[in-house]
Amino acid sequence: MIFFISNVRIYPTVANLTYRMSTDSQQTPYHPALEFKSSTFTVPVLVLSSNDMPSIEQQLQEKISQAPEFFKNSPLVFDLQELNKHELDIDVSGLTGIIRHLGLLPIGIRGGTPQQNQQAIALGIPVHSIHGSSAPTEAQKTKKITPELPEPQTDLNTTLLMTQPIRSGQRVYAKGDLIVLAQVSAGAEILAEGNIHVYGSLRGRALAGVQGNPDARIFCTDLEAELISIAGTYKISEDLDESVRHKPVQIYLENQALLIKDL
Amino acid sequence: MARIIVVTSGKGGVGKTTTSAAIAMGLAKKGHKTAVIDFDVGLRNLDLIMGCERRVVYDFINVINGEATLNQALIRDKHCNQLYILPASQTRDKDALSQEGVGKILEELSKDFKYIVCDSPAGIERGAHLAMYFADDAFVVTNPEVSSVRDSDRMLGILSSKSRRAEQNQEPIKEYLLLTRYSPERVKLGEMLSVDDVQEILSLHLLGVIPESKSVLNASNSGTPVILDEKSDAGQAYADIVARYLGEDRPHRFIDEKKGIFGKLFGGK
Repeated sequence: MIFFISNVRIYPTVANLTYRMSTDSQQTPYHPALEFKSSTFTVPVLVLSSNDMPSIEQQLQEKISQAPEFFKNSPLVFDLQELNKHELDIDVSGLTGIIRHLGLLPIGIRGGTPQQNQQAIALGIPVHSIHGSSAPTEAQKTKKITPELPEPQTDLNTTLLMTQPIRSGQRVYAKGDLIVLAQVSAGAEILAEGNIHVYGSLRGRALAGVQGNPDARIFCTDLEAELISIAGTYKISEDLDESVRHKPVQIYLENQALLIKDL
Repeated sequence: MARIIVVTSGKGGVGKTTTSAAIAMGLAKKGHKTAVIDFDVGLRNLDLIMGCERRVVYDFINVINGEATLNQALIRDKHCNQLYILPASQTRDKDALSQEGVGKILEELSKDFKYIVCDSPAGIERGAHLAMYFADDAFVVTNPEVSSVRDSDRMLGILSSKSRRAEQNQEPIKEYLLLTRYSPERVKLGEMLSVDDVQEILSLHLLGVIPESKSVLNASNSGTPVILDEKSDAGQAYADIVARYLGEDRPHRFIDEKKGIFGKLFGGK
């Protein structure tokens, strides 16, 4: 079972649609009561590679116990593409039951068969399409997070070392720790499942422990970041205290609060 | 083999075409056979700045499509016989450019020319991408203001990851910073980023600073590259840049000593 965070677009079919009150619209002035807006959310996606319910329940429980606060009442999309590729069927209502029982809120299904999609809709769970007609596997998708860099050969828990500046618009994702020996420009984004070290100015966004590891830390020699985040708890530039700006600092979580301490 | 130089910036209106015209002329005046190519298909300007707009018969796209030979499309400059201009098509758009087509033309030019200057369009889409894809050196033209610096940074990221050199794991493109429209007085008043500020953000080798100058507009309007105006500060600044690029050691000029906020904080370089 793979578990990771990905962007899932949730949008109404008609964007910015306003409803007009049906009563005598010629005389009463027009007051829209509601409006549709399009928005993007980051939602955890549960990618299943086995249809064995007891082991799904057990492994999911283990994952949750690693970061109970992170997962508490968290929305979740489950992805059945891998299963269906291997022609393993799964009982959608049973799966939904397990997910709900463990305190997560399923808000979508992805990569399901027409029958599974129908089952999901009957349970009030919307169907999300997988973007791109070629429908890449999730493992390929995560690798593509660094589109402007040569693909680093990283295995789980290995350290990714970057020696060149990370420029605006670039994204670097490390499966373990990430060490940057140059600057990270404003508009760049660095993400690591482990710790992040930046031996240069950190002006972009830095997200450590992106898979929910609350023990991950960020270390940098010059803090000017647009955003810093550990396991989903974040601070934006505006919230950074002047006393830590331009300083060598470390950033970590303590009692779910993001602390910034001088090095 | 020719050395391919791309003049690029990300942002529009910072002086890419002025710079392309000036450095191409500068290299040619030093005796190097140089071609300058306008990649801004649909918004052709280089021919105006070079003063050859009345002599355009065939263009870049005609050559890519095989409707004309390279020799038919190249226009010899009237000031310097070592300089040739390949104009863009005004009636087409960037989709008419193909990677194979551009690659073939650059390869053919490489046999005959010492330097090929590619005048990139603004943006980071197809035209800009193809202008930089085959480059050996990049002149990143930046104005001393935050949005231009940010866009240059973005372009540098693309240069280091999406060029042919990056894709084939060759030695990376050599990147140089050209700071244009610089006004030491406005830097002193805190209205403009200083050289130190920009270098602090981009951490890039500074090839030269071109001061804000009336002579640039005059040169553009009269169709003579500003480098030919040897009395003007901008013309001299471009001459310095060409000399430095060719390996001469010339001290930087047109920079005020006053440091900006970043310079004060970090003590400069």
